[in-house]
Amino acid sequence: MPSLRDIRRRIQSVKNTAQITRAMQMVAASRMRRAQEAVEHSRPFSEKIREVLADLSYATPAGEGALHPLLERREVRNADLVLMSSDRGLAGGFNANVIRLGSRFILDEAGAPVGVLSVGRKGRDYMVRYGRNVTADFSELGDQPQLDDVTPIARTVIDRFTSGEVDAVYLVYTEYVNTITQTPRRVQLLPIEPPSAEDQEEARSRGVDYIYEPDPRQLLQALLPRYVEVQIYQALLESKASEHSARMVAMRNATDNANEIVGDLSLTYNKARQATITREIIEIAGGAAALEA
Amino acid sequence: MPLQLQVVTAERVVYEDEVDMVVAPSLEGTVGILPRHAPLMSVLGIGELRIKKGAEETPLAIGGGFMEVLDDRVTVLADSAERADEIDVQRAEEAQLRAERLRAEGAPADPAIMEAALRRAQVRLKVARRRRNVRGGQPTP
Repeated sequence: MPSLRDIRRRIQSVKNTAQITRAMQMVAASRMRRAQEAVEHSRPFSEKIREVLADLSYATPAGEGALHPLLERREVRNADLVLMSSDRGLAGGFNANVIRLGSRFILDEAGAPVGVLSVGRKGRDYMVRYGRNVTADFSELGDQPQLDDVTPIARTVIDRFTSGEVDAVYLVYTEYVNTITQTPRRVQLLPIEPPSAEDQEEARSRGVDYIYEPDPRQLLQALLPRYVEVQIYQALLESKASEHSARMVAMRNATDNANEIVGDLSLTYNKARQATITREIIEIAGGAAALEA
Repeated sequence: MPLQLQVVTAERVVYEDEVDMVVAPSLEGTVGILPRHAPLMSVLGIGELRIKKGAEETPLAIGGGFMEVLDDRVTVLADSAERADEIDVQRAEEAQLRAERLRAEGAPADPAIMEAALRRAQVRLKVARRRRNVRGGQPTP
């Protein structure tokens, strides 16, 4: 049975922990709101650019070979994986989930040697520790990344793809569904998947005869690198929002648990205190009775 | 019927309103868009996007992008877009000086990239100044 002093000390220490996790929860909550806003704000752009891409690929007749180097399909002999994790931990299963998806892809699904381009320290450290081939690292982008921050990432993957160093580039990130649900996802960045049949169908049904300036081919050339950039940017924003949500939920659970432990310990403490008092009264009463007798 | 204009960057929606006319810096020259324009898809260069609404004219500094015109809806997908009052004049001036110096010294960077940086700084300054002149002149009723 621990002494009263031990219990008191324990309660204090758990209370301190609760205070810290509570503060972290609050910080994560406010960052999450901002990150959510950023995701919302960037959505019109990426939706529009997808629409324009569909219109364009409908307008450019699929002639000889690939229209653009970024659309070129090759046998995959080497691949790159852009892995988005967080720079800091204490975010529940956030990093574990996204890293698991990335690792499974590298080990089982890729069917070719995979180079890792890490965005986020946690993923980088994991991949380095397990001896994966980390070819580039873009960690510590901060909490409010700008489009400029992902330009170097897009540049690197585009260069590696067009030079033939790799034949496919994948992106693993965490999709933000809502505050309690975040799903790790893998998408193919390069070669760019041509717009789905539905999107093309929609473009056809719009049946608009655009004036293209300059011609559609050149427009496509200007658009595609930007499309890659926007995809990476959108994924980064989603990852950030997911990270902060995951951290907020994890910290809320931690705070709740700590408070529960404080409750249990207080009960034990009070019981022990009461037992001591009762014992003392019995002793005094016993002593008095002995004197009277 | 007026034009429905939306200017978006990857980060946010910069401008969204009904306007009377849009003048955009296309790669092939400046294009003016009025209501009932034919469907158009165009690449924009670095320059000034002028928005006319009634007697008011709002300039935006655009750092390249795309423009789609369809059924009196104008959508500008810009790499960067700033209103005059959002432009950090000091930073733009510094960027201009830096770019000019690098060009004079024949820096090892890609000349096209340097030229683009210089152009962006110039456009930002131009837009910012336009705003200032308006303020200094006659107050618009």
